[in-house]
Amino acid sequence: MGEQVIVCKELTKRFGDFYAVNNISFEVNKGEIFGFLGANGAGKTTAMRILCGLSYPSSGSATVAGFDVYRQQDEIKKNIGYMSQKFSLYENLTVSENIEFYGGVYGLSRAVIRERSAALIQTLGLEKEAKKLVGELPLGWKQKLAFSVAIFHRPQIVFLDEPTGGVDPVTRRQFWDMIYEAAAGGITVFVTTHYMDEAEYCNRVTIMVDGKIEALDAPQALKQRFGAGNMEEVFYQLARSAKRSSD
Amino acid sequence: MKQLLVFIRKEFYHVFRDRRTLLIMFGLPVAQILLFGYALTSEVKNADIVISDQAQDANTARIISKIKSSSYFIVHEQQLAGPEIDAAFKRGRIKCVLNFPPQFGSDLRHDGKASVQIIADGSDPNTAKTLVNYLTAIMAGYQQELGGGGGAPVGIVPELRMLYNPEGNGSLNFIPGVIALIFMIVCATLTSVSVVREKELGTMEILLVSPFHPIMVLIAKAIPYLVLSLVNFTFILVLSVGFLDIAVKGSLLLLFAESTLFIITCLSVGLLISNIAASQQAAMLISMMGMMLPTLLLTGFMYPLENMPLFLQLISNLVPARWYYLIVKAVMLKGLGFGAVWKETLVLAGMTGALLSLALLKFKTRLE
Repeated sequence: MGEQVIVCKELTKRFGDFYAVNNISFEVNKGEIFGFLGANGAGKTTAMRILCGLSYPSSGSATVAGFDVYRQQDEIKKNIGYMSQKFSLYENLTVSENIEFYGGVYGLSRAVIRERSAALIQTLGLEKEAKKLVGELPLGWKQKLAFSVAIFHRPQIVFLDEPTGGVDPVTRRQFWDMIYEAAAGGITVFVTTHYMDEAEYCNRVTIMVDGKIEALDAPQALKQRFGAGNMEEVFYQLARSAKRSSD
Repeated sequence: MKQLLVFIRKEFYHVFRDRRTLLIMFGLPVAQILLFGYALTSEVKNADIVISDQAQDANTARIISKIKSSSYFIVHEQQLAGPEIDAAFKRGRIKCVLNFPPQFGSDLRHDGKASVQIIADGSDPNTAKTLVNYLTAIMAGYQQELGGGGGAPVGIVPELRMLYNPEGNGSLNFIPGVIALIFMIVCATLTSVSVVREKELGTMEILLVSPFHPIMVLIAKAIPYLVLSLVNFTFILVLSVGFLDIAVKGSLLLLFAESTLFIITCLSVGLLISNIAASQQAAMLISMMGMMLPTLLLTGFMYPLENMPLFLQLISNLVPARWYYLIVKAVMLKGLGFGAVWKETLVLAGMTGALLSLALLKFKTRLE
């Protein structure tokens, strides 16, 4: 593979005696769908916050989109998109207003926003709903819209924090189609999830246990190495050894 | 800068689309002004009084005409015997009886002093006291007109409120307090709720991950409420002048400048609360209990601070609304200039600075 857009070296985040993230190293390639797995409390969120420029590591180094997590948080923020489990749209704003708002926050010009917004609404088939409040949309649509908004400013990397929580399987499948499309367009996807079937959709996955990375490979390779039929079994084998209780 | 404008526009959408917010913002002032202006006033108007004039001379005639010309009483002139008086009070038809004895005029002429009987309905002590005060004041006034006829038969009861409120307009004192209260509710409560709502929705996370600076998020939140509060302030002034016949005696510019300062105080309180509160309900509760009650009780507009225990008086110094109340009273009602309120302004500015820094500091540590 070519360019590496996320490079972590011996990254550690410590709170007192507690190592939330303990000496992790990995690289993510451009255009890759990178799965970040782990039980609750394994350190996923902490690691992700560092990579998003929300907190500083205690030691080690990391670059995101070529920018340093210590010194260039602002640059990192301009080059990434983010979507969490809560879909993060404003319910009492219309579809168009939400798009315009997020576009505006990322500093896109009016002309660009108008052009991309029209294209986006068409792609999503939301022409009739564009002037409706987001609160009136069904959950699945909100989620798709939230993802589209997260990559509206064409970031290099998009971070998805358990993006499909509480959604039905059909919508989840459609959502993953969108992720593939974004990856094909050159956007790197960094995704955390609880659903092991989703882990199978990733190009590569890491499994974090107690702040450390216990495995990092393509799903197929991991299944072979652990002699498991599916990712669920792989995950159980690794997570069983966890000492930290989930939070 | 452009990002800030985009954000502020979004905040306005939120406000205008949320009926509850709008109701609190603009319904509340109307309700408060009407409530405090008309219903909760301590003044008494158009009380039914029976004057039983057994003297029927020039003196009593003049006193009666003075009573009639005041707006406090509706005078019924008739002779009432003891049992009739009792019955009238019991039926609640009358509030007060004034009884001039037959020898009133001659006593006044010869001895320079005469007694007069006032009977008031003691079951409503506040009203009774007020009416007695009004009557004694009217008679004291007459006494003075006569040119001091020896020892005064009626004591002059000086009432401080009358000093700036010659018409006995009771709603006057409430208005500055109501304004302070409304700012506290609108700014502190609505701001804290709107920040916490973003936390609950998860949109705050998105904003923090965006290149938009976190401090700008707070500024963008605060500006719409500042603007709306100033609009609100204008609205309250118009209501007060239009419906309660209150004139703004001092400089409007100074009044707006001081109000802007107090609004910023309230916004800081709101932001501070939003850092502490985890849910919208919590934010609401903290602002209501933590801010509204002290504003209501310890500002001095409902209950005089001088009558409170020293302990509470000391605490009242920590309530920002108390200082703002003093400022508005001085500027709006007494027509004083900045020279008279600079100390209060300084205290308020100090509090604002402290609260704002604390809010920003808290916000920063929460991010880490």
